[in-house]
Amino acid sequence: MIGGQIAIEEYKTGNTEHKWDTKKLRSKHKILEEYRYKKSEINKGFTNRTLYINLDTNKIKEKKVTEEMKKKFTGGRGFGLKLMWDSIKSSTRWNDNENELIITTGPLCGATQYPGSGKSLCLSISPSTNIICDSNVGGFFGPYLKFAGFDAIELQGKAKEDVIIVVDGEKEKITIETSPQEEINSHLLNEQLTCMYASEDADESRQLISVVSAGEGAENTYWGCMNFSFYDIRRKVCRMKQAGRGGLGTVLRDKKIKAVVAKVERFTGVTNNPADPNKIAQVGTKLHREIRDLDRYQCNMRAVGTGHLVEIMDEYDLLPCENYRFGSFPKASKIYSPKFYELFTKIIPDGCWHGCTMACAKTVDGFEVMTGPYKGQKVTVDGPEYETCGCGSNMSLWDPKQILEFNFYCDTYGIDTISTGTAIAFYMEMYEYNILNKERCDGIELCFGNFEAVMELLHRIAKGDKGEFVNIAGKGIRRVKDWLKKKGWGDLYTIEESGMESKGLEYSEYVTKESLAMQGGYGLTLKGPQHDEAWLIFMDMVNNQIPTFKDKAEALHYFPMWRTWFGLNGLCKLPWNDVEPANNAETEEPAKVPEHVQNYVDYQNAMTGWNVDKEELILQSERCYNWQRAMNVWMGRGQRKDDWIPYRSMGPVTETEYMSRKDRYDKQLVEKVGINKKDVEKMDTKEKMQVLYDWKQDQYQKLADAVYYRRGWTQNGVPTPQKMKQLGFTDKKMLDMLQKKIDYDEKKGLNKWGGKYKKGEKAPSKNLRYWEKW
Amino acid sequence: MNKQKTVKILKFYPEKCQGCKECEKACSKVHFNSDEGGDKSAIRILKDKDGKYKMHVCDQRGLCLDMCPVGALTRKKNGVVFLDKNKCIGCQACVAFCPIGAMRKSKTRIEPFKCISCGACVRACPTGALGLVEVKIQDIKEVVYHKQGVQYK
Repeated sequence: MIGGQIAIEEYKTGNTEHKWDTKKLRSKHKILEEYRYKKSEINKGFTNRTLYINLDTNKIKEKKVTEEMKKKFTGGRGFGLKLMWDSIKSSTRWNDNENELIITTGPLCGATQYPGSGKSLCLSISPSTNIICDSNVGGFFGPYLKFAGFDAIELQGKAKEDVIIVVDGEKEKITIETSPQEEINSHLLNEQLTCMYASEDADESRQLISVVSAGEGAENTYWGCMNFSFYDIRRKVCRMKQAGRGGLGTVLRDKKIKAVVAKVERFTGVTNNPADPNKIAQVGTKLHREIRDLDRYQCNMRAVGTGHLVEIMDEYDLLPCENYRFGSFPKASKIYSPKFYELFTKIIPDGCWHGCTMACAKTVDGFEVMTGPYKGQKVTVDGPEYETCGCGSNMSLWDPKQILEFNFYCDTYGIDTISTGTAIAFYMEMYEYNILNKERCDGIELCFGNFEAVMELLHRIAKGDKGEFVNIAGKGIRRVKDWLKKKGWGDLYTIEESGMESKGLEYSEYVTKESLAMQGGYGLTLKGPQHDEAWLIFMDMVNNQIPTFKDKAEALHYFPMWRTWFGLNGLCKLPWNDVEPANNAETEEPAKVPEHVQNYVDYQNAMTGWNVDKEELILQSERCYNWQRAMNVWMGRGQRKDDWIPYRSMGPVTETEYMSRKDRYDKQLVEKVGINKKDVEKMDTKEKMQVLYDWKQDQYQKLADAVYYRRGWTQNGVPTPQKMKQLGFTDKKMLDMLQKKIDYDEKKGLNKWGGKYKKGEKAPSKNLRYWEKW
Repeated sequence: MNKQKTVKILKFYPEKCQGCKECEKACSKVHFNSDEGGDKSAIRILKDKDGKYKMHVCDQRGLCLDMCPVGALTRKKNGVVFLDKNKCIGCQACVAFCPIGAMRKSKTRIEPFKCISCGACVRACPTGALGLVEVKIQDIKEVVYHKQGVQYK
């Protein structure tokens, strides 16, 4: 173990070092366009302009951010939605030239005093879902983009050959350059570009560069993630964080962008020019101290990052094992956080942006790669985070080193660990049922626990292998389901209900079978099943704090709105509730962490000079949340049918699963469904499963009813013009579109409740056109 | 590498102190070119409940060194823990994590400041209540918290 107080120069990772001839690489670049601009001072968190680049025409221009835009869309993801609305059509699909890839910052992004203030929010039409996907990511790019002069960068069109876009905040210059010879895989490309564009051959200069890239895997799958680099002056390594969900890296590579580079001169703790810097320092210092004093007794993020969740999830039967069939596993303790702690390099400050003392970005340094093109080399692996460990359990990989290898290659190939792991787990289950086999899998023995097979699949995907399975596998669960059906392999029920995707996006790593609210937390989302909208399992299942549909709907209103707020501001969610004040449990609503909510009120006010309260924060989110849902509707999605979730996330798809929790399910049949205990005993497992299936499906529809009602949407899940007007929107194109859609639904008979309400049960409202009164 | 093994730290002789706070004024002169003392001084003289004077200042233990994300905090050749304010990005991590509150932040600027054992306060003290003494770094150094949380013990 490395002790403290080692001079920065003396840290050694033991990694394989590369010598790049960056001059030679750069000499092959052809400048396609150069644009000069004049940086203005950032004013209270905003640069007040965004950058637009069209790769069809190589046109670069600046767009003004108006006060109206801030009022309605706040910043970050909100700005992204506005920019997309103005630029795409309802028919735009992910690989159309007019699709945009947007990276936004937010008014609080780039502050250093409050932990978790370096996030970027990325948006594009996703190849997985063909609707807008938003994905948040750490690393230095967001702050640097803003310090270089822009609240967001908007990329449209496609280049003809591989290009690099350089936003040089030092020289106040933007260039589009061809990039014929640089590496594609991120861990090497990051190194090359960081050395190439750094003003001097010094760690301090390299730390002022951030690179956005995606590797070879992103080109050949729908799982492409965008890697955001941050140079670590101690390890002397370009580390990276991922905008993982929804295949945004695939869009990046489809546009033939090899990388986007942001470069800044020196910056300070007040480059954002906050209205009240002392207030921010005061609130930030308070939270730093809470982390100092309490983290080790709470989540232990500073020591092991989000990996501490593995043991908790395993204990509560929530850790996805063998494609979500089970919630715990006898071997799970092999991947508990202490096992990774042994491997992590314990040298501080592991924040993915300066001043984040939560420091959850852990690394294993000098990791010897075991397979593939980099076999034998020693590298730094960023992570694994909880989700990646959960992919391990889902694929039945129980060796920390195998999870690290999977993590390393997913990152450098530019593919999302979550989608990749969840999808492979599904393929493995199909393999177990003989729906897939070695021949159908292009010679890969893709059974649970086969680490070599997982890695072979990844390497073949990255190489662009044209095998039928390898090719379709990388397009994700939804496409593989359709492919299996087309082939006539397996039965429809098993395929549809076991593959953990909704809206075309793979699930993240939590078992939701016993928590109805969390099923909604995954299903009733904008982009697809990702836990960043709501994480309600403990509130619902463990603590029983939200027993009724109305309670659950309230939680599925408040928490998605609250969590959306971080993305409007350039913030990370973790410092909100992954450390809590010592007296939090004694507050009225501990799940909301009221003291931290107040911190954020103070923080936003101190940055922007606004005078908002906690209700206004929710309203800021509500505007953007509804706008995004309305855009989904505009694109032909965003309705009840699109909020479908596979039964694997609700209950037992197979008899084995039923038997693994027999007592629990039998009890549910008696207590919840209302069947006589003796009758239950007489039923065979198949019968019991069918009754439970019908009941659980109806529960989910009733939940959707309550949630749509609470959110101010129609029974078909469409935001109403009335709701939009209430939120302050006057955009005629939007309001007319929604009204037309509602009228259409009315004709089709879709404006009706989805649940079957028996005697004594009430739908959320007697009036079926309840929204008209608002 | 030839490393400094000792460092000079401040020593306080409370029985000699009269509470005039000339030391604080001298310190704020060094850091802010101001003779206000108080929040602008890295050394603070406080009176406790019993009316006794106490000194509150950095003891150069260096726990903050591993907190700095940009390498603005280093142990200088003379052993003193030094904050380079031109490198500092004002995150306050060192301020908050210092267990004795010796890394200070004044409202005039975002970058913190701390005692650099320059001796200005010693020279300013009219009663000889302050002195600089040489100690071994090995004896005072404290490594940053990096042990796993208590729940695993």
